Amino acid sequence: MTSPVLQVAHLTKRFGEFTAVDDISFAIKPGEILGLLGPNGAGKTTTIQMLLGLVTPTSGSIQMFGLDLAAHREEILQQVNFSSTYISMPYALTVEENLSVVARLYGLTDVPRRIDDIVKKLEMEEFRHKITRKLSSGQMTRLTLAKAFLTQPKILFLDEPTASLDPDIAHKVRALLQDERRTSGLSMLYTSHNMREMEEMSDRIIFLQRGRIVAEGTAAEIVARFGQADLEDVFLKLARES
Amino acid sequence: MKLHRIAALIVRHLYLYRRSLPRMMEIFYWPFLDLVIWGFITLYLVRYQSQVPGFVTFFLGALILWDMLFRSQQGITISFLEEMWARNLMNLFASPLNPNEFLAATMAMSVFKVTCVSIVMAVCAWLFYDYNLFLIGLWLIPFVLSLVVTGWIIGVFTTSLIMRFGQEAEVLAWSMVFLFQPISCVFYPMDVLPAWLKPVAWANPAAHVFEGMRAVLGSGVPPVTHLAWACGLNAALLVAMVAWFHRTFAYCKEQGSLVRVGE
Ligand SMILES: Nc1ncnc2c1ncn2[C@@H]1O[C@H](COP(=O)(O)OP(=O)(O)OP(=O)(O)O)[C@@H](O)[C@H]1O
Ligand SMILES: [Mg+2]
Repeated sequence: MTSPVLQVAHLTKRFGEFTAVDDISFAIKPGEILGLLGPNGAGKTTTIQMLLGLVTPTSGSIQMFGLDLAAHREEILQQVNFSSTYISMPYALTVEENLSVVARLYGLTDVPRRIDDIVKKLEMEEFRHKITRKLSSGQMTRLTLAKAFLTQPKILFLDEPTASLDPDIAHKVRALLQDERRTSGLSMLYTSHNMREMEEMSDRIIFLQRGRIVAEGTAAEIVARFGQADLEDVFLKLARES
Repeated sequence: MKLHRIAALIVRHLYLYRRSLPRMMEIFYWPFLDLVIWGFITLYLVRYQSQVPGFVTFFLGALILWDMLFRSQQGITISFLEEMWARNLMNLFASPLNPNEFLAATMAMSVFKVTCVSIVMAVCAWLFYDYNLFLIGLWLIPFVLSLVVTGWIIGVFTTSLIMRFGQEAEVLAWSMVFLFQPISCVFYPMDVLPAWLKPVAWANPAAHVFEGMRAVLGSGVPPVTHLAWACGLNAALLVAMVAWFHRTFAYCKEQGSLVRVGE
């Protein structure tokens, strides 16, 4: 058995009286894609922000690469990155300038080649020299994906990474993610409201509801356990039951 | 502290300035305008008030030094605001960058701004009013350094408030420093303050710099005591403010508001 790259135990986040994440535990193995599924407000984003050290947990522990996040923040974050439809990058810089700043921030070497590489992979050539302000939302999403890939992380946190992409680019992004995981053993934590994408991408799925894990397993296992036709029906059943 | 991370932020801001007219104006145009207006006022006053010795020297000198403090503070606060406006804080603080490196980069930006502004103002003062800033002599150097640090203190303080209270506090980036102006005794000696305000001014490092400047220009007395006070107060207050920034940072991560600030 390989040891997990990420291990979360009894993670809880309370905002005042409100419990956003309630005692969740899970692990991700090297090269594994874990899907985080759940209705709006279930606590997915809050969980990811805790894993990135942006939100301090109320209790529980987070370990990556066998190290505790609170004590080894810099070491861990050097090997981790994230992307989301909801973040952006400095508007006044060009796409390429933004990527080069990220490269400096992470102290990367061989930067021009890496940037060329990622620009090619995400088909960003045509807006590579554009000012970021002028990007469409799908292009912006690709830029934030590019910044995440650029640093060659070992774990990638993706919060609805394909939400604003057209089907063609979304498909290519998924293929790229799968490819990276095969070739470099990249592990991922993935959220999406697209059930087909979830089924296609995830090795395992955790279903969160009101901050709690209510189901866990492969997509097929979860579908079978709840006696539904597909993941979407499971989602509707769970979401409406509460 | 990793230098490459600090350098990354500086490069990011330089990219920004290179392409932005309003940001260039902040460095070149506004200080220039300040100087022109105050310069003419000074020339006007000097006609009637020539009995105060070295009036122009006091006034223009004070104005230029005050602007340095102001730009130093802006260097810190605006750098933070830029990240907030660009919704870039999440990218930054989910990277290995730590708050001290972030502050160090904003301080470097502030030195950069002060340097530009000082050159603009000193040259303009010389061209337009035949005013030589270096009249103050070598004392100018520790004075300026001291004011830069005071600017950092106010800048870190303001940044903490904006981080804590979000967009509503944004206006402090421009107004906070003026709260300190009356007790900095920029254009008048500490003597003229009411008795109850004097101790407050005394605790303000900038007041000692301006008192010191007047001492040098007026009587030529080396302002060693004032400088010592300014340095001591600067050191103590800077440590306190950075500690407070860290506390605010931790508080915002606790509240989950760090990634939402500005939204
Ligand atoms: N900083 C905060 N302060 C107070 N409550 C918060 C804060 N951040 C999140 N919450 C609350 O925590 C709950 C979980 O939010 P979160 O953003 O994690 O949901 P999510 O699963 O990502 O939902 P979505 O699918 O809509 O993105 C929500 O009810 C939200 O209102
Ligand atoms: Mg979310």
